[in-house]
Amino acid sequence: MKIKTEAGERHVLAVTVDNEAGILAKITGLFSARGYNIESLTVADISADHALSRITIVTNGPPPVIDQIIAQLDRLVPVHSVTDLADGGAHVEREIALVKVAGTGDKRIEALRLADVFRAKVVDTTLSSFIFEITGTSDKVDRFIALMRECGLVEVGRTGVVAIGRGSEAL
Amino acid sequence: MAEMSGADMVVQALVDLGVDTVFGYPGGAVLPIYDALYKHPTIKHILVRHEQAATHAAEGYARSTGKPGVVLVTSGPGATNAVTGITDALMDSIPMVVLTGQVSTALIGTDAFQECDTVGITRHCTKHNYLVMDPERLGPILHEAFHIATHGRPGPVVIDIPKNVQVATGEYIVPEKIQHKSYRPQVEPDADAIAAAIDLIAAAERPIFYTGGGVINAGPDASAALRQLVSLTGAPVTSTLMGLGAFPADDPKWLGMLGMHGTYEANMAMNRADLIIAVGARFDDRVTGRLDAFSPDSKKIHIDIDRSSINKIVPVDLAIVGDAGRALDALIAAWQDKGLKARDYGEWWRRIDGWRATRCLDFPEKKDAGADIMPQRAVKALFDATRGRDPIITTEVGQHQMWAAQHFGFSAPNRWLTSGGLGTMGYGFPAAVGAQIAHPNRLVICVAGEASLQMNIQEMGTVSQYRLPVKIFILNNEWMGMVRQWQELTYESRYSNSYSDSLPDFVKLADAYGWTGLRIDNLGQLEDGIRTMIETPGPVIVDCRVAQLANCFPMIPSGAAHTEMLLQPSDVTGTMDDEAKALV
Repeated sequence: MKIKTEAGERHVLAVTVDNEAGILAKITGLFSARGYNIESLTVADISADHALSRITIVTNGPPPVIDQIIAQLDRLVPVHSVTDLADGGAHVEREIALVKVAGTGDKRIEALRLADVFRAKVVDTTLSSFIFEITGTSDKVDRFIALMRECGLVEVGRTGVVAIGRGSEAL
Repeated sequence: MAEMSGADMVVQALVDLGVDTVFGYPGGAVLPIYDALYKHPTIKHILVRHEQAATHAAEGYARSTGKPGVVLVTSGPGATNAVTGITDALMDSIPMVVLTGQVSTALIGTDAFQECDTVGITRHCTKHNYLVMDPERLGPILHEAFHIATHGRPGPVVIDIPKNVQVATGEYIVPEKIQHKSYRPQVEPDADAIAAAIDLIAAAERPIFYTGGGVINAGPDASAALRQLVSLTGAPVTSTLMGLGAFPADDPKWLGMLGMHGTYEANMAMNRADLIIAVGARFDDRVTGRLDAFSPDSKKIHIDIDRSSINKIVPVDLAIVGDAGRALDALIAAWQDKGLKARDYGEWWRRIDGWRATRCLDFPEKKDAGADIMPQRAVKALFDATRGRDPIITTEVGQHQMWAAQHFGFSAPNRWLTSGGLGTMGYGFPAAVGAQIAHPNRLVICVAGEASLQMNIQEMGTVSQYRLPVKIFILNNEWMGMVRQWQELTYESRYSNSYSDSLPDFVKLADAYGWTGLRIDNLGQLEDGIRTMIETPGPVIVDCRVAQLANCFPMIPSGAAHTEMLLQPSDVTGTMDDEAKALV
């Protein structure tokens, strides 16, 4: 007998929660306990009184599983709201990566030229290295990192995705 | 207000919340609360013999009264021993509040004596949990915890209280109104959905009500509403294990329980229906059988207070999120407003009667006095002997549980206490203790298997201490019967570790604890034995020896559809393919 898996689609969920100890464990635990995927997860406190956090989760699954994820998140006691940003129409997604490239000579020049094309900023430099800061969609960050692999990439740090709906409406 | 200690606040909050009974076991990290309880005689503390039993007793108390069960245990092993019962309450939606002691805040995270990460361990087996770091948060948290445990879909809430927080003083704060900032379960059903449901019900030719534990949780009024709606529409009713009692078993519209060990007529009616009205039931795998063959031609209405139960397993046509009782009331009102009458389901009932004619719950037996007792006969005799006494029945988990569900007819809610979702062996006896504490003058009987009973048999001491007249009726077949049944179905009767070896002499055990013990060996002794059990004051254990190799039928085997029930032992082939073997 072989175990079957189902193909899914990518969704970005914005989850507003009480900013309290254990909430992140509760959310990630829900995903692991029920076998849902997390592609990326970011969390930060977003309210002036530090009472609320916003968690952005990129997940994938067949549509009924996405519905189930939303319903399961929504019933957790400290969860205020769950929004599927794909449902609400257009949205903006951004991710930041810090990309360290080491080397000298042509590779170093090529790295700088490509960084310019991608509008990545140099945030640190030595005679034998750069750290680039790149902001964009995950796809753009992926492509930049792939190119940097050819130019002496030694280290990457990524934030994961944050996202917000377009227009004047708020969650 | 004068300052008081955290421990006093805990007890004061329990008093304010109307708690009359706490099931618990003391230990180092809860000694301040135990000392505070000592001074508060209005709260009755029931000292169990193991913390797991405290949680099941609280479940029995809750399930038989509708009120939340309260548990008090110490840190470390006290908390971990409670985890099974907490998970059981989560699976079966039982309102429960568990207070756990914790090491002092300065020691948290240091691997201190009897320290465990209680909030971490219970995070995913509670509806919600708290670690209280400030005594002035105790009042608001206790009041909020009871609100959360009892509102929306009920469930267990754990409050972990470090010992120094119990000792420290502060102001006891009672929140004026519990309005949780994020937890606002939808209770009232959507009016448009109710109207749409009425249209579907009025148009159906082969409708069936499929009801579950949500109807029991919604209170006795919800059971009354179900009866009224069934009588208005004229449609048949089946129920899950957890829902038994919401609809009377002697009503002609009752088809019996559905699912793996449900009746042939209930399962066939589910399969052939053109409309399923699911009320407070969650399409559990024990109910649906093979999913791609589950009720293929029906529209489905699902009423549930938990939105995540809807479309989780079976996609439905109409979702109604809300309290089962409110939704049933709204359906009744809408039905009457429209002046609708019950349709003539004559053809539908004729088909149901055809399925009923298989008499799927019949079993072969010898009738002479010296014959082995069939376990089904024992349950039927127990049912007959207790008619009119309105007993509360608890069960352990296994064959005896299914026989009790099949052959004991319930006519009212809150009389049937069983572990459905988690299937916890060891639930039934402590649950009977909790039910008996809540109903001192009622007849409370735990129908047990000899194997399950041993999982919490130490509670005989609790029963003796509080002089509870609990009756334990063991269907003793000297096997973990359901395990053995599956080994016969799937593994060609290779009985790996399913024999109940080295059983105690239950009659002598009764004697050791100051109970009455009696043994029933054959059919001729059955009725007298049961009568003696009922009429003997105080706790009684009955070792009812039953036919050892009887199995529980009818049965939907793993991976099979509702229409593929095994009706008798000769249907068993003894092997299964891997797909079926992989299913629980």
